[in-house]
Amino acid sequence: MKLKKNIAISESGFVFNPNTGDSFSVNPIGSLILGLLQDGKSERSIKGAIAKAYEVGNDQLEEDFYDFTSHLKQLNLFNK
Amino acid sequence: MKKPRITVAVTALNAVDSPGPGVGVIRSILACEDYEARIIGLSYESLEPGVYMHDLVDKSYQIPYPGAGSDQLLNRLEYIHSQEKIDVIIPNFDSELSHFIRLSPVLEEWGIHLFLPSPQQLESLDKLHLHEFGEKHGFNVPKTKFIANKVEIPGLVEEFDFPMVVKGKYYEAYIAHNLGQVSGYYDKINAKWGLPVVIQEFVKGTEIDIAGLGDGTGQLMGAIPMRKLYITDKGKGWSGVVLGDDGLIEMSRQFIRASRWKGGFELELMRTDDEQFYLMEINPRFPAWIYTTVEAGQNLPAALVKMAIGMKVKPYKGYNVGKMFVRYSWDLITDISEFEKISTMGEL
Repeated sequence: MKLKKNIAISESGFVFNPNTGDSFSVNPIGSLILGLLQDGKSERSIKGAIAKAYEVGNDQLEEDFYDFTSHLKQLNLFNK
Repeated sequence: MKKPRITVAVTALNAVDSPGPGVGVIRSILACEDYEARIIGLSYESLEPGVYMHDLVDKSYQIPYPGAGSDQLLNRLEYIHSQEKIDVIIPNFDSELSHFIRLSPVLEEWGIHLFLPSPQQLESLDKLHLHEFGEKHGFNVPKTKFIANKVEIPGLVEEFDFPMVVKGKYYEAYIAHNLGQVSGYYDKINAKWGLPVVIQEFVKGTEIDIAGLGDGTGQLMGAIPMRKLYITDKGKGWSGVVLGDDGLIEMSRQFIRASRWKGGFELELMRTDDEQFYLMEINPRFPAWIYTTVEAGQNLPAALVKMAIGMKVKPYKGYNVGKMFVRYSWDLITDISEFEKISTMGEL
Protein backbone atom coordinates (compact mmCIF):
# COMPACT_ATOMS: atom_id res chain seq x y z
CA MET A 1 0.00 0.00 0.00
CA LYS A 2 2.21 2.79 -1.28
CA LEU A 3 0.80 6.26 -1.81
CA LYS A 4 1.89 7.83 -5.11
CA LYS A 5 4.82 10.11 -4.47
CA ASN A 6 3.43 13.23 -6.09
CA ILE A 7 0.12 13.39 -4.19
CA ALA A 8 -0.11 16.82 -2.54
CA ILE A 9 -1.66 16.97 0.93
CA SER A 10 -2.09 20.34 2.64
CA GLU A 11 -2.28 20.95 6.37
CA SER A 12 -6.00 21.62 6.05
CA GLY A 13 -6.56 18.12 4.66
CA PHE A 14 -6.95 19.18 1.03
CA VAL A 15 -5.63 16.48 -1.29
CA PHE A 16 -4.62 17.03 -4.93
CA ASN A 17 -3.71 14.29 -7.36
CA PRO A 18 -1.60 16.00 -10.04
CA ASN A 19 -1.91 13.02 -12.41
CA THR A 20 -5.66 13.22 -12.67
CA GLY A 21 -6.49 16.73 -11.46
CA ASP A 22 -8.81 15.26 -8.80
CA SER A 23 -8.99 17.06 -5.50
CA PHE A 24 -10.90 16.40 -2.30
CA SER A 25 -10.83 17.07 1.44
CA VAL A 26 -10.30 14.61 4.25
CA ASN A 27 -11.00 14.95 7.98
CA PRO A 28 -8.18 15.04 10.57
CA ILE A 29 -8.02 11.24 10.87
CA GLY A 30 -7.88 10.92 7.09
CA SER A 31 -5.16 13.54 7.02
CA LEU A 32 -3.20 11.61 9.67
CA ILE A 33 -3.47 8.37 7.70
CA LEU A 34 -2.44 10.01 4.42
CA GLY A 35 0.49 11.73 6.10
CA LEU A 36 1.71 8.44 7.53
CA LEU A 37 1.21 6.66 4.22
CA GLN A 38 3.22 9.38 2.55
CA ASP A 39 6.00 8.84 5.11
CA GLY A 40 6.06 5.20 4.00
CA LYS A 41 4.71 3.79 7.27
CA SER A 42 3.34 0.25 7.31
CA GLU A 43 -0.34 -0.55 7.70
CA ARG A 44 0.33 -1.93 11.15
CA SER A 45 2.18 1.13 12.32
CA ILE A 46 -0.54 3.46 10.97
CA LYS A 47 -3.23 1.52 12.79
CA GLY A 48 -1.09 1.71 15.92
CA ALA A 49 -0.83 5.48 15.58
CA ILE A 50 -4.60 5.83 15.19
CA ALA A 51 -5.29 3.60 18.19
CA LYS A 52 -2.93 5.78 20.19
CA ALA A 53 -4.49 9.06 19.11
CA TYR A 54 -8.17 8.08 19.18
CA GLU A 55 -10.40 6.01 21.41
CA VAL A 56 -11.45 3.23 19.09
CA GLY A 57 -12.04 -0.51 19.35
CA ASN A 58 -9.94 -2.88 17.27
CA ASP A 59 -12.83 -4.14 15.09
CA GLN A 60 -14.04 -0.63 14.38
CA LEU A 61 -10.51 0.49 13.52
CA GLU A 62 -10.03 -2.44 11.13
CA GLU A 63 -13.35 -1.76 9.41
CA ASP A 64 -12.87 1.98 9.08
CA PHE A 65 -9.26 1.63 7.94
CA TYR A 66 -10.32 -0.87 5.27
CA ASP A 67 -13.13 1.44 4.09
CA PHE A 68 -10.87 4.47 3.92
CA THR A 69 -8.01 2.77 2.09
CA SER A 70 -10.44 1.12 -0.35
CA HIS A 71 -11.70 4.59 -1.14
CA LEU A 72 -8.14 5.83 -1.68
CA LYS A 73 -7.58 2.89 -4.02
CA GLN A 74 -10.67 3.82 -6.01
CA LEU A 75 -9.35 7.34 -6.27
CA ASN A 76 -6.19 5.94 -7.80
CA LEU A 77 -3.88 7.29 -5.12
CA PHE A 78 -1.76 4.16 -4.70
CA ASN A 79 1.06 2.89 -6.85
CA LYS A 80 0.03 -0.14 -8.89
CA MET B 1 20.17 45.98 -24.57
CA LYS B 2 17.37 47.55 -26.53
CA LYS B 3 14.30 45.35 -26.88
CA PRO B 4 13.04 44.66 -30.39
CA ARG B 5 9.78 46.41 -31.23
CA ILE B 6 7.41 44.11 -33.06
CA THR B 7 3.91 44.30 -34.44
CA VAL B 8 1.92 41.11 -34.07
CA ALA B 9 -1.44 40.53 -35.72
CA VAL B 10 -3.74 37.98 -34.10
CA THR B 11 -7.07 36.47 -35.16
CA ALA B 12 -9.89 34.79 -33.19
CA LEU B 13 -10.84 37.67 -30.90
CA ASN B 14 -14.21 36.06 -30.20
CA ALA B 15 -13.91 35.68 -26.44
CA VAL B 16 -17.50 34.46 -26.20
CA ASP B 17 -19.21 31.34 -24.80
CA SER B 18 -17.25 29.17 -27.22
CA PRO B 19 -14.12 31.29 -27.07
CA GLY B 20 -11.47 31.69 -29.72
CA PRO B 21 -7.84 31.64 -28.59
CA GLY B 22 -6.97 35.18 -29.76
CA VAL B 23 -7.39 37.07 -26.50
CA GLY B 24 -5.43 34.43 -24.55
CA VAL B 25 -2.67 34.48 -27.17
CA ILE B 26 -2.47 38.30 -26.96
CA ARG B 27 -2.34 38.26 -23.15
CA SER B 28 0.52 35.78 -23.38
CA ILE B 29 2.44 37.79 -25.97
CA LEU B 30 2.13 40.93 -23.85
CA ALA B 31 3.32 39.07 -20.74
CA CYS B 32 6.77 38.55 -22.29
CA GLU B 33 9.38 41.21 -21.60
CA ASP B 34 11.91 40.19 -24.25
CA TYR B 35 10.34 42.53 -26.82
CA GLU B 36 7.90 45.43 -27.05
CA ALA B 37 4.81 44.29 -28.87
CA ARG B 38 2.12 46.27 -30.64
CA ILE B 39 -0.98 44.14 -31.12
CA ILE B 40 -3.20 44.25 -34.19
CA GLY B 41 -6.51 42.43 -33.91
CA LEU B 42 -7.91 40.76 -37.01
CA SER B 43 -11.64 40.15 -36.65
CA TYR B 44 -14.35 38.61 -38.77
CA GLU B 45 -17.29 40.17 -36.97
CA SER B 46 -17.99 43.55 -35.40
CA LEU B 47 -18.92 42.11 -32.03
CA GLU B 48 -15.83 40.05 -31.32
CA PRO B 49 -15.03 41.24 -27.79
CA GLY B 50 -11.27 41.47 -28.38
CA VAL B 51 -11.87 44.35 -30.81
CA TYR B 52 -13.01 46.50 -27.87
CA MET B 53 -10.25 45.46 -25.43
CA HIS B 54 -8.04 48.48 -25.94
CA ASP B 55 -5.74 47.54 -23.07
CA LEU B 56 -4.77 44.43 -25.04
CA VAL B 57 -5.36 45.32 -28.68
CA ASP B 58 -3.89 48.53 -30.14
CA LYS B 59 -5.85 48.51 -33.38
CA SER B 60 -8.34 46.12 -34.98
CA TYR B 61 -9.20 45.46 -38.60
CA GLN B 62 -11.92 43.32 -40.06
CA ILE B 63 -10.81 40.68 -42.50
CA PRO B 64 -12.93 38.68 -44.98
CA TYR B 65 -14.29 35.28 -43.98
CA PRO B 66 -12.21 32.29 -45.15
CA GLY B 67 -15.06 31.40 -47.51
CA ALA B 68 -14.31 34.55 -49.53
CA GLY B 69 -11.01 32.97 -50.61
CA SER B 70 -7.30 33.63 -50.24
CA ASP B 71 -7.15 36.51 -52.76
CA GLN B 72 -9.64 38.61 -50.81
CA LEU B 73 -7.70 37.94 -47.63
CA LEU B 74 -4.41 38.88 -49.30
CA ASN B 75 -5.85 42.18 -50.57
CA ARG B 76 -7.06 43.07 -47.11
CA LEU B 77 -3.77 42.09 -45.48
CA GLU B 78 -1.90 44.24 -48.00
CA TYR B 79 -3.88 47.26 -46.86
CA ILE B 80 -3.46 46.44 -43.16
CA HIS B 81 0.28 45.87 -43.65
CA SER B 82 0.59 49.24 -45.41
CA GLN B 83 -0.87 50.86 -42.30
CA GLU B 84 0.77 48.82 -39.57
CA LYS B 85 3.98 47.18 -40.86
CA ILE B 86 3.15 43.80 -39.40
CA ASP B 87 6.05 41.55 -38.30
CA VAL B 88 4.15 38.41 -37.33
CA ILE B 89 0.66 37.03 -37.91
CA ILE B 90 -0.75 34.35 -35.61
CA PRO B 91 -3.91 32.84 -37.10
CA ASN B 92 -5.93 31.00 -34.46
CA PHE B 93 -8.91 29.55 -36.29
CA ASP B 94 -8.71 26.06 -37.80
CA SER B 95 -10.79 27.15 -40.79
CA GLU B 96 -8.47 30.02 -41.79
CA LEU B 97 -5.14 28.19 -41.42
CA SER B 98 -4.99 26.76 -44.93
CA HIS B 99 -5.42 30.27 -46.38
CA PHE B 100 -2.61 31.71 -44.28
CA ILE B 101 -0.37 28.77 -45.12
CA ARG B 102 -1.09 29.27 -48.82
CA LEU B 103 -0.35 32.99 -48.55
CA SER B 104 2.76 32.62 -46.39
CA PRO B 105 5.34 32.85 -49.26
CA VAL B 106 3.89 36.22 -50.34
CA LEU B 107 3.55 37.42 -46.76
CA GLU B 108 7.16 36.42 -46.04
CA GLU B 109 8.22 38.48 -49.07
CA TRP B 110 6.46 41.45 -47.51
CA GLY B 111 8.38 40.84 -44.28
CA ILE B 112 5.48 39.24 -42.41
CA HIS B 113 6.51 36.08 -40.56
CA LEU B 114 4.26 33.14 -39.81
CA PHE B 115 5.09 30.05 -37.81
CA LEU B 116 2.85 27.46 -39.37
CA PRO B 117 2.96 23.83 -40.49
CA SER B 118 3.11 22.79 -44.13
CA PRO B 119 -0.17 22.13 -45.97
CA GLN B 120 0.65 18.40 -45.88
CA GLN B 121 1.20 18.46 -42.12
CA LEU B 122 -2.06 20.31 -41.60
CA GLU B 123 -3.96 17.83 -43.73
CA SER B 124 -2.37 14.77 -42.15
CA LEU B 125 -3.68 15.73 -38.71
CA ASP B 126 -7.16 16.95 -39.52
CA LYS B 127 -10.22 15.00 -38.41
CA LEU B 128 -10.37 13.21 -41.73
CA HIS B 129 -6.84 11.80 -41.39
CA LEU B 130 -6.35 11.48 -37.63
CA HIS B 131 -7.14 7.79 -37.69
CA GLU B 132 -4.38 7.13 -40.24
CA PHE B 133 -1.92 9.21 -38.20
CA GLY B 134 -2.81 7.33 -35.01
CA GLU B 135 -2.38 3.92 -36.60
CA LYS B 136 0.90 4.86 -38.22
CA HIS B 137 2.46 6.33 -35.09
CA GLY B 138 1.00 4.16 -32.34
CA PHE B 139 -1.63 6.45 -30.82
CA ASN B 140 -4.99 5.02 -29.74
CA VAL B 141 -7.61 6.78 -31.81
CA PRO B 142 -11.35 6.08 -31.59
CA LYS B 143 -12.83 4.17 -34.49
CA THR B 144 -13.90 6.73 -37.09
CA LYS B 145 -15.95 6.77 -40.27
CA PHE B 146 -16.81 9.59 -42.67
CA ILE B 147 -20.19 9.72 -44.29
CA ALA B 148 -21.28 11.97 -47.12
CA ASN B 149 -24.73 10.57 -47.73
CA LYS B 150 -27.66 9.96 -45.40
CA VAL B 151 -28.27 6.51 -46.89
CA GLU B 152 -25.16 5.39 -45.00
CA ILE B 153 -26.73 6.14 -41.60
CA PRO B 154 -28.74 2.90 -41.04
CA GLY B 155 -25.64 0.80 -41.73
CA LEU B 156 -23.70 2.52 -38.92
CA VAL B 157 -25.28 0.21 -36.32
CA GLU B 158 -23.25 -2.65 -37.74
CA GLU B 159 -19.99 -0.86 -37.04
CA PHE B 160 -20.69 1.33 -34.00
CA ASP B 161 -22.45 0.85 -30.66
CA PHE B 162 -24.63 3.56 -29.16
CA PRO B 163 -23.91 6.19 -28.11
CA MET B 164 -21.84 7.32 -31.09
CA VAL B 165 -20.34 10.73 -31.72
CA VAL B 166 -21.39 12.82 -34.73
CA LYS B 167 -18.86 15.54 -35.58
CA GLY B 168 -18.31 18.30 -38.10
CA LYS B 169 -15.07 18.33 -40.09
CA TYR B 170 -13.98 21.57 -38.37
CA TYR B 171 -16.11 22.12 -35.29
CA GLU B 172 -19.03 20.75 -33.26
CA ALA B 173 -19.69 17.32 -31.89
CA TYR B 174 -22.85 15.66 -30.62
CA ILE B 175 -23.49 12.40 -28.81
CA ALA B 176 -26.25 10.42 -30.51
CA HIS B 177 -28.17 7.68 -28.71
CA ASN B 178 -30.24 6.45 -31.65
CA LEU B 179 -30.36 6.63 -35.44
CA GLY B 180 -32.92 9.44 -35.35
CA GLN B 181 -30.47 11.60 -33.45
CA VAL B 182 -27.63 10.66 -35.81
CA SER B 183 -29.79 11.79 -38.73
CA GLY B 184 -30.73 15.07 -37.02
CA TYR B 185 -27.13 15.90 -36.11
CA TYR B 186 -25.99 14.93 -39.62
CA ASP B 187 -28.33 17.57 -41.10
CA LYS B 188 -27.32 20.18 -38.55
CA ILE B 189 -23.59 19.65 -39.12
CA ASN B 190 -23.89 19.35 -42.90
CA ALA B 191 -25.74 22.67 -43.05
CA LYS B 192 -23.04 24.41 -41.05
CA TRP B 193 -19.75 22.74 -41.92
CA GLY B 194 -20.49 20.71 -45.04
CA LEU B 195 -19.60 17.12 -45.83
CA PRO B 196 -18.30 14.67 -44.87
CA VAL B 197 -19.76 14.25 -41.43
CA VAL B 198 -17.53 12.36 -39.00
CA ILE B 199 -18.92 9.39 -37.05
CA GLN B 200 -16.78 8.33 -34.11
CA GLU B 201 -16.80 5.66 -31.44
CA PHE B 202 -17.81 7.11 -28.06
CA VAL B 203 -14.97 6.84 -25.55
CA LYS B 204 -15.92 7.27 -21.89
CA GLY B 205 -13.35 8.84 -19.65
CA THR B 206 -11.76 12.01 -18.37
CA GLU B 207 -10.94 14.70 -20.89
CA ILE B 208 -7.37 15.97 -20.81
CA ASP B 209 -5.94 18.60 -23.13
CA ILE B 210 -2.31 19.41 -23.84
CA ALA B 211 -1.26 22.79 -25.21
CA GLY B 212 2.13 22.72 -26.90
CA LEU B 213 4.51 24.16 -29.44
CA GLY B 214 6.61 22.36 -32.03
CA ASP B 215 9.60 23.90 -33.78
CA GLY B 216 9.06 22.17 -37.13
CA THR B 217 12.15 19.94 -36.85
CA GLY B 218 10.67 17.38 -34.47
CA GLN B 219 11.54 19.19 -31.25
CA LEU B 220 8.93 19.93 -28.59
CA MET B 221 9.44 23.50 -27.34
CA GLY B 222 7.00 23.12 -24.47
CA ALA B 223 3.79 21.40 -23.43
CA ILE B 224 1.32 21.84 -20.59
CA PRO B 225 -1.37 19.25 -19.81
CA MET B 226 -4.64 20.40 -18.31
CA ARG B 227 -7.79 18.71 -17.08
CA LYS B 228 -11.05 20.57 -17.54
CA LEU B 229 -12.83 20.92 -14.20
CA TYR B 230 -15.93 22.68 -15.43
CA ILE B 231 -17.35 21.98 -18.87
CA THR B 232 -20.18 24.01 -20.43
CA ASP B 233 -23.03 22.49 -22.41
CA LYS B 234 -21.02 23.34 -25.53
CA GLY B 235 -18.21 21.16 -24.23
CA LYS B 236 -15.95 24.12 -23.49
CA GLY B 237 -13.75 24.10 -20.41
CA TRP B 238 -14.49 27.09 -18.22
CA SER B 239 -12.07 26.03 -15.55
CA GLY B 240 -9.18 23.64 -15.50
CA VAL B 241 -6.09 22.58 -13.60
CA VAL B 242 -2.56 21.94 -14.83
CA LEU B 243 -1.56 18.31 -14.40
CA GLY B 244 1.80 16.80 -13.55
CA ASP B 245 2.16 13.64 -15.57
CA ASP B 246 5.39 12.71 -17.34
CA GLY B 247 3.48 10.26 -19.54
CA LEU B 248 1.49 13.13 -21.05
CA ILE B 249 4.63 15.12 -21.82
CA GLU B 250 6.22 12.06 -23.39
CA MET B 251 3.09 11.63 -25.51
CA SER B 252 3.46 15.25 -26.69
CA ARG B 253 7.10 14.56 -27.55
CA GLN B 254 6.09 11.46 -29.46
CA PHE B 255 3.48 13.48 -31.35
CA ILE B 256 6.01 16.15 -32.32
CA ARG B 257 8.62 13.57 -33.35
CA ALA B 258 6.05 11.84 -35.54
CA SER B 259 4.50 14.95 -37.08
CA ARG B 260 7.42 17.42 -37.03
CA TRP B 261 4.70 19.96 -36.32
CA LYS B 262 5.58 23.62 -36.66
CA GLY B 263 3.49 25.95 -34.52
CA GLY B 264 1.06 25.83 -31.65
CA PHE B 265 -1.20 22.85 -31.12
CA GLU B 266 -3.64 21.27 -28.71
CA LEU B 267 -3.99 17.53 -28.21
CA GLU B 268 -7.42 16.47 -26.97
CA LEU B 269 -7.15 13.19 -25.09
CA MET B 270 -9.51 10.93 -23.21
CA ARG B 271 -8.22 8.92 -20.25
CA THR B 272 -10.36 5.83 -19.74
CA ASP B 273 -10.96 4.20 -16.36
CA ASP B 274 -8.30 1.58 -17.16
CA GLU B 275 -5.72 4.37 -17.74
CA GLN B 276 -5.67 4.12 -21.53
CA PHE B 277 -5.23 7.37 -23.46
CA TYR B 278 -7.16 7.99 -26.66
CA LEU B 279 -6.19 10.80 -28.99
CA MET B 280 -9.57 12.35 -29.78
CA GLU B 281 -8.51 15.34 -31.82
CA ILE B 282 -5.56 17.53 -32.69
CA ASN B 283 -6.22 21.23 -32.93
CA PRO B 284 -3.68 22.93 -35.22
CA ARG B 285 -3.41 26.06 -33.07
CA PHE B 286 -3.22 27.17 -29.46
CA PRO B 287 -6.34 26.64 -27.33
CA ALA B 288 -8.40 29.40 -25.70
CA TRP B 289 -6.91 28.54 -22.28
CA ILE B 290 -3.35 29.18 -23.53
CA TYR B 291 -2.66 32.00 -21.03
CA THR B 292 -2.68 29.34 -18.27
CA THR B 293 0.55 27.99 -19.77
CA VAL B 294 2.20 31.37 -19.11
CA GLU B 295 1.28 31.26 -15.43
CA ALA B 296 2.39 27.64 -15.32
CA GLY B 297 5.84 28.76 -16.47
CA GLN B 298 5.81 28.24 -20.24
CA ASN B 299 4.91 31.22 -22.41
CA LEU B 300 4.30 29.24 -25.58
CA PRO B 301 2.80 32.09 -27.70
CA ALA B 302 5.77 34.33 -26.85
CA ALA B 303 8.15 31.51 -27.81
CA LEU B 304 6.30 31.19 -31.12
CA VAL B 305 6.62 34.93 -31.80
CA LYS B 306 10.33 34.85 -31.00
CA MET B 307 10.95 31.87 -33.26
CA ALA B 308 8.91 33.50 -36.03
CA ILE B 309 11.18 36.57 -36.02
CA GLY B 310 14.31 34.46 -35.79
CA MET B 311 15.19 34.91 -32.11
CA LYS B 312 16.84 31.93 -30.41
CA VAL B 313 14.53 30.05 -28.08
CA LYS B 314 15.37 27.15 -25.81
CA PRO B 315 12.80 24.43 -25.18
CA TYR B 316 11.00 24.83 -21.87
CA LYS B 317 11.76 22.33 -19.14
CA GLY B 318 9.31 21.83 -16.31
CA TYR B 319 6.28 23.83 -15.22
CA ASN B 320 4.12 24.56 -12.20
CA VAL B 321 1.61 21.80 -11.54
CA GLY B 322 -1.70 22.83 -9.94
CA LYS B 323 -2.09 26.22 -11.70
CA MET B 324 -5.77 26.70 -12.40
CA PHE B 325 -7.86 28.87 -14.65
CA VAL B 326 -11.40 29.93 -13.87
CA ARG B 327 -12.95 31.63 -16.88
CA TYR B 328 -15.61 34.27 -16.42
CA SER B 329 -17.80 36.49 -18.54
CA TRP B 330 -17.60 40.25 -18.18
CA ASP B 331 -19.69 43.06 -19.59
CA LEU B 332 -17.22 45.24 -21.44
CA ILE B 333 -18.81 48.67 -21.78
CA THR B 334 -18.14 50.51 -25.01
CA ASP B 335 -19.95 53.11 -27.09
CA ILE B 336 -22.03 52.86 -30.21
CA SER B 337 -19.43 55.05 -31.97
CA GLU B 338 -16.86 52.27 -31.58
CA PHE B 339 -19.27 49.70 -32.97
CA GLU B 340 -20.00 52.13 -35.80
CA LYS B 341 -16.30 52.45 -36.69
CA ILE B 342 -15.60 48.71 -36.87
CA SER B 343 -18.91 48.04 -38.66
CA THR B 344 -18.68 50.74 -41.29
CA MET B 345 -14.95 51.45 -41.69
CA GLY B 346 -13.77 47.94 -40.84
CA GLU B 347 -11.19 49.23 -38.37
CA LEU B 348 -11.08 50.49 -34.83
